[in-house]
Amino acid sequence: MSSQVLWFVSRGSGLALLAGFSAVAVLGIAARLGSVPKGWSRLGLGELHRTLALFCVAFLGLHVLTAILDPYVTIGWAATVLPFASPYRATAIGLGALAVDLGGTVLITSLARRRLGYRAWRAVHWLGYLAWPAAFWHSVTAGADLRTWWVTLMVWGCAAAVATACLARLLSWRPL
Amino acid sequence: MTRSAVSLGAAVRPSSAAAPGALPRLLPLCPPRPPRPASLDSHLSRYGPPPCSAPGQRDMRTLIAEVGRAGLTGRGGARFPTADKLAAVAAGRAPAVIGNGTEGEPASAKDKVLMARSPHLVLDGAVLAAQMVGASQAVIVAHRDALDILGQAAAERRRARLDQVRVTVRAAADRFVAGQASAVVRWIEHGVPAPTAMPPRLSDRGLGGRPTLVQNVETLAHLALIARYGARWFRSVGTPAEPGSMLVTVAGAVREPCVLEIAIGTPVGQVLDLAGGPAAPLHALLLGGYCGAWVDAAQAVGRPFSAAGLAGLGAEPGAGLIVALPAGACGLAETARVVRYLADESAGQCGPCRFGLPAVASELERVAGGRPADLGLLRKWLGQVDGRGGCAHPSGAVRLVRSALRTFGTELTQHAAGSCGGTAQVLPVPSPGPR
Amino acid sequence: MARLRVDFIACQGRGLCAEALPELITLDDWGFPIVSGQPVPPRLWPDARETVRSCPLLALRLERVNR
Repeated sequence: MSSQVLWFVSRGSGLALLAGFSAVAVLGIAARLGSVPKGWSRLGLGELHRTLALFCVAFLGLHVLTAILDPYVTIGWAATVLPFASPYRATAIGLGALAVDLGGTVLITSLARRRLGYRAWRAVHWLGYLAWPAAFWHSVTAGADLRTWWVTLMVWGCAAAVATACLARLLSWRPL
Repeated sequence: MTRSAVSLGAAVRPSSAAAPGALPRLLPLCPPRPPRPASLDSHLSRYGPPPCSAPGQRDMRTLIAEVGRAGLTGRGGARFPTADKLAAVAAGRAPAVIGNGTEGEPASAKDKVLMARSPHLVLDGAVLAAQMVGASQAVIVAHRDALDILGQAAAERRRARLDQVRVTVRAAADRFVAGQASAVVRWIEHGVPAPTAMPPRLSDRGLGGRPTLVQNVETLAHLALIARYGARWFRSVGTPAEPGSMLVTVAGAVREPCVLEIAIGTPVGQVLDLAGGPAAPLHALLLGGYCGAWVDAAQAVGRPFSAAGLAGLGAEPGAGLIVALPAGACGLAETARVVRYLADESAGQCGPCRFGLPAVASELERVAGGRPADLGLLRKWLGQVDGRGGCAHPSGAVRLVRSALRTFGTELTQHAAGSCGGTAQVLPVPSPGPR
Repeated sequence: MARLRVDFIACQGRGLCAEALPELITLDDWGFPIVSGQPVPPRLWPDARETVRSCPLLALRLERVNR
C-alpha cells in the first residue's frame, strides 16, 4: 500500500473520528440534561452514544494502524499508548496517545460496568472530559490541514458543539 | 416522657432471682419514684447473672435453637423470627451486632423507656447476641433521651468487668426513617440516616461489608431472658402462634398514657384499661405506628392485640403503638398532619416517595380542610406509591391513608360538604427542626 | 422464571426502560418506572436483558426466581 494512500486514510479517518467522538461527547453530556426536546427519545440518544462510541473505537484502530504503517513517518507502536514516545512530532502524537489511554479506560470500565458498580464506573467516566480535549488538540496539532476551509469549519464546528453542550450542562446544574 | 406501669390483675411477685412468673418481665416490678434506671446490682439480684461467660460454639448453636423454640420475633415492627436472623449472621465471617434503639416514631416511647429503666437487660441482650453470632463487639444506637443512662450502664459493666464482649453506645439520628435497619448501619458508617438498597441483605453484607445483625433493643431484652429461663418460660404468656410479652405505648385520649408490658393477645380494651381507660368516648384507634392503621374503636376493643387478632381489621401490632382518638378529634385532619410529616421525613432517595408522598399529603390536606379534593386522584397516587421505594416508608404511609379513608368514611362525606367539627390535635408531630 | 426489579434508590426517573420495554414498564405521574410484579414471559427475555443493560443508572435488574 503506497505511503500516500496510508497517509490519506490516516488523516481522513482522523477527521471522521474527530466528528464522531465529538458527537459521542455531545450525546453523553446531553443525557445528563434535565429534559429532552419533545419527541426525542432518551433511549435513542443513550443507545446512539453507546453505539457511536463503539464504532469510533473500531474506526480508531484503522486510524492508528495506517499512521503506524506509513513508512513516510516513524511513529512506532509504543507511541500509540505511551504519550510522547514518538520520534515524529512527539507532542502532537503524544496527545493522541493520551486520548487513547483515557478513552480506553472509559471504554473498558463501561464494558465492565455491571461488575464495577455504578459509582466506580461514573467516577472513571469523568475522564471523558479530559479525553476529548486531548483528542481535539491532537487533531489540531498532528492532523488538521487548517488551510483547507472545510477542515477548519469541521474542526471548529466540533469544538463549538462540545462547548455548547458543556455550557448547557453547567447551566442546568441543580444544587444537590 | 411516659412512665412504665405495673400490669394490673396479675400477682406481683417480689424481686427474686427465680424466673419471673408474671408480667412485667422487662420493666421494673415497682417503678421507682422519681424514675431512675435499675442499677447493675438490682438487675443481677432480680434476674440472676448473665447466662454465659465463656460460651463455646456448640453452646451458642444450642442457644439459637432455644430462641427458635421460644418463637421470639423482632419487636421493631417487622416481626421477623429472631432465631433465623441469628443463624444467618452466625454463618458469616467476622459479624457485627447492632442494637437498634433509635425509635424514630414520634408517638412511640417503649424503646426509650426500656433503655432508661432496664438498661442492663438491653446490654445483656446485646452481649448475648454478639456471643451467639461470634462477634467481638456490639454497638447500641440509642435515642438521645436514653443515651446517657445507657452509656452509664455500659460503663458500670466495664468497671465490673462483666462482659467478654465490648459494648459501645452511640447516639441515634433524629429522623423518622433513621430507625430502619439499613439506615442505622449507614448512620454508623457514614453519618447518613437513610436506607440503602437491599440486596445485599444486612445479614450478608452490612456494617463494613460484614454480616450484620440489627435487632430492636426490646428484642435483645427478651433474648437476655430466654437465655436465662428458656423457651417454655417465654411461651408461658402470649398466644401459641405469637408467644411472649411485648411493650406497648398507649397514648392519646386515655387517662394515664404510658408504656406497658402486655402478653401478646391481650384484648385491646384491656390494654386501654391498663392505661387508665379512655378519657373520653373513643372514635378510633391508631395501631402499630405512623405507618400502621386506623381502626374503629368499638370494633377494636374486643380484639386481641396480636397480628392474628388485628388482621381482620387491616391492622398489625407493629411497633406496639396504640393511640386513642377521641370523638372530638378529626381523624382526617390528624392523618393529614401525620402524612405531611411522613412526606417531610422521606429520605428523598426514591422518586415515588419523594414526589408521591407530598402529593398525597397535599390532597389529604385539601380533604381535611374541607376544600374540593380529588379522591380518585388520591387513590391513584396511593396505588402508584405503594410498594415502590427503597424501604417500607412509602408503603407505610399508604397503609395509613387507606385505613383513614376506610375508618373515617362519615367524616369524608362531612368534609365534602364542609367540616366534621372535630378540633383536637392528638398525634404528636415534631416541627421541622434544623437538619 | 425471571422478574424485573427496580432499585429505586439508584433510579433517577430517566425513563429509558419504559421506552425500551413498554409491554412491562410504564411510568408513574412523576416519571418513575412501574414494573409489573409478574414474571417476564420468555419471549421478552432478550428485550428485558437489553432494557436492563440500557439503564444509565444500573437501577434495573432481571432476577432469576426459582419458585
